[in-house]
Amino acid sequence: MGMADAVGIKAFGAYIPRMRLKRAAAATAHGWAFPALQGLAKGARAFTDWDEDSITMGVEAARDAFASRDRSQVDALFLASTTLPFIDRSNAGIASLALDLPQTLRTLDITGSLRAGTSAMLTALCTSKPRDTLVVAAEARKTKPASSQELRYGDAAAAVIVGSKDVIAVFRGAASLNADFVDHYRAEGQKHDYVWEERWARDEGYLKLVPATVRRLFADTGLAATEVDRLIVPVALPGVAEGVSRAIGVRAEALAPQLLDECGDAGAAYPILLLARELERARPGQKIVVVGVGNGCDALLFEATGHIGSCNPRRGVDRAIKRGVEIGDYLKFLALRDEIELDWGMRSEFTNKIALTTEYRHSREMLAFIGGRCTRTGTVQFPKSRVSVNPEVHAVDTQVDAPLADAPARVVSFTADWLSYYPNPPFYFGLVQFENGARVSMEFTDVDRSLLRIGAPVSMVFRLKELDRRRAYRHYFWKATPVASDQ
Amino acid sequence: MDKVAILGMGCSAFGERWEADAEDLMVEAFQECLADAGIEKDAIQAAWLGCAVDPINVGNSALPLATALRLQSIPVSRVENMCATGTEALRGAAYAVAAGACDIALALGVEKLKDTGYGGLPIRTKGLVNDLWMPYGSAPGTFAQLAEAYSAKHRVPMEDLKRAMAHVSWKSHENGARNPKAHIRKRVTIDQILNAPMISEPLGLFDCCGVSDGAACAIVTTPEIARSFGKQDLVTIKALQICASNGIESQSSSWDGTYLMNTRKAAARAYQEAGIGKPRHELSVMEVHDCFSVTELVTMEDLFVSPEGGATRDVLDGFFDAEGGLPCQIDGGLKCFGHPIGASGLRMAYEVYLQVLGRAGERQRKNVRVGLTHNLGGTPAHNVAAVGIFGRYGA
Repeated sequence: MGMADAVGIKAFGAYIPRMRLKRAAAATAHGWAFPALQGLAKGARAFTDWDEDSITMGVEAARDAFASRDRSQVDALFLASTTLPFIDRSNAGIASLALDLPQTLRTLDITGSLRAGTSAMLTALCTSKPRDTLVVAAEARKTKPASSQELRYGDAAAAVIVGSKDVIAVFRGAASLNADFVDHYRAEGQKHDYVWEERWARDEGYLKLVPATVRRLFADTGLAATEVDRLIVPVALPGVAEGVSRAIGVRAEALAPQLLDECGDAGAAYPILLLARELERARPGQKIVVVGVGNGCDALLFEATGHIGSCNPRRGVDRAIKRGVEIGDYLKFLALRDEIELDWGMRSEFTNKIALTTEYRHSREMLAFIGGRCTRTGTVQFPKSRVSVNPEVHAVDTQVDAPLADAPARVVSFTADWLSYYPNPPFYFGLVQFENGARVSMEFTDVDRSLLRIGAPVSMVFRLKELDRRRAYRHYFWKATPVASDQ
Repeated sequence: MDKVAILGMGCSAFGERWEADAEDLMVEAFQECLADAGIEKDAIQAAWLGCAVDPINVGNSALPLATALRLQSIPVSRVENMCATGTEALRGAAYAVAAGACDIALALGVEKLKDTGYGGLPIRTKGLVNDLWMPYGSAPGTFAQLAEAYSAKHRVPMEDLKRAMAHVSWKSHENGARNPKAHIRKRVTIDQILNAPMISEPLGLFDCCGVSDGAACAIVTTPEIARSFGKQDLVTIKALQICASNGIESQSSSWDGTYLMNTRKAAARAYQEAGIGKPRHELSVMEVHDCFSVTELVTMEDLFVSPEGGATRDVLDGFFDAEGGLPCQIDGGLKCFGHPIGASGLRMAYEVYLQVLGRAGERQRKNVRVGLTHNLGGTPAHNVAAVGIFGRYGA
């Protein structure tokens, strides 16, 4: 079997939320009580808007990985995260519908430790033949104000498509190690991590467990430490990755950089995010070791193939980093993350109780954003209806699927509404015209005000439409984001 | 046209009626109306109640009206058509009389909005399927979108448009200050309007109508019966037209977001019904749905009073001011009355009725023959539009 037919990674994608909190803003806000936090006041951390969670970020990372490739080769979706919004409702199932993957797909939520991302990838690599598996890892961890986690963590998602044909990186082997090493934990019903001393995590955790695992990987695969081209050790504690690298004996220049100044430690998604970043710049033949740490360790070895340059994610990691906007408003960060309760007024008392029966009848339409195309007139509309909206021909029962999630569209009209209750005001909404003829009244999100104008191109993003706090329910739909140019 | 005459009308004071229930508002409007009509309550053979917002209002069905007025075992129907509800109620009563189903009918619209605890309209569900995907924007948010689109299409710089919109509101405040039944009786300056806090870009506070409590009603009959009661100067219904969106504007690509398709259709039909060829010259007064300043502005074009793209100039020229060529919102409009949804359409008809009869006090215009009312429910992209034309019998 040639290298290109071996099991490995076929594509990768990434998603980092647009908003990045300047760490200095948080450190300054806490300065009165915790002046030591100034030591962490460097760079910015990514954080989710109110309408994002691990599912929406994961979907966006997967869309990035799919780009324009055929999705029908995928027959399994693993979603890895310690911050899945639902405990009993398939989170991967929601993502698979949003991605409009076949209903026959195998779906699996993988959680329980920060190793979930690498473990999901490893499981996919061991089981994906002959069809492809989409592995998505996403994390949006809540952090207690003034904790060092608040400054170190970041929200992000990454995805890889694992398969056995035309891979860009061949899977060469893996080693795992299980240890009930509790440097932090979060129990059922707990909002925040409980964290033990970081020096212990460094000395007894990273510096011992990771080298032990990687050495076994070397032994099993016959790879010498000096042959490693890129070593990925995802960790937010300073100097630890360097220490691990030295302990293993890889070349100093092989150590892959972190994304702490741009994003922060994205938990279960972080190893895959860093891997995607390395794949984005890898050359054929390069050997990449990626480590995942959480109650033990996973270490996986990949070798880039001649196809490495052929994978073009829609956006990729570098551009996901670049699209960030720095937020210096620490109270906004707290409010959007539910760490502070603002008085939003009586308008916020209204909750839209989603009828689950209605939602199920329309689940594919709403989650995958499928409109209808009249087979007689070609009129495209959303939502589908029994009678066509075509002004002249009201054909009955003629509509077939018309996917809108990736369809080009422009702004017809918009406003910035300060009256409606909206967790991240103002509330931007308006009419969106798709090139295929569909017109939809939509919410806008991730709005760059300078780009929002009549006729401006917009792209669709998968987001929370309704967050029913009273019933702890989430309803998802698509929103429009103004983009700089037609993509 | 001229098949139905208005026998009497009544209108409560509009405002923050903290002391009043919906029942009080209904009785207040009805007592005035009954006295004006000069008939006994028992002569009313059928009634229509219009109110739009259930949860904080009077409750379901026709019972609130039948009970408040103690209407004795007559058919009473409840109608709801968003902000066109008041006109819808009148339409029910007028059609019943025109059809000969009864001789005398009552239409009453009422809304008690100031029990919500907050400003603006109450937030409601849009229906379970729509709730899955439609944005929950505020009313100003939906109408604000007209401004950007209008400005872009007609190449009216936003600054100029804002100034014209400010003039719309300024003029209504001037008028409202002279109306004892108006909610807001305060003059404002153009500068105040332009510098007010933003509600929905580009609509500021004074670009938005108020929210208030109120009721208005009409008793209608045939001109012959009205004469038999000794009425000399008759005001008749010349036209009542209602148009509802079928989704063309919001779901297909044929509408550009700068005008109200249904207002145009309802107006065209109403003019035809009333035999009006040149509305700009034939109408004496107008009471239009000025929920927001920009709505009134584009409505001037949608009613074929201003040429397309020409409303800004007409507004700034003072054509719609009290002393202008065609006074609009001579009573103060929604701007100063607020918008108790179910009552507004009938409140507009009430002003036209007073103007035609010469009973509008210091607001009275000279030689008022024919007036128009216009009601609009929903959003520019998805709405119910109503146009009514009222005037002197035979005019």
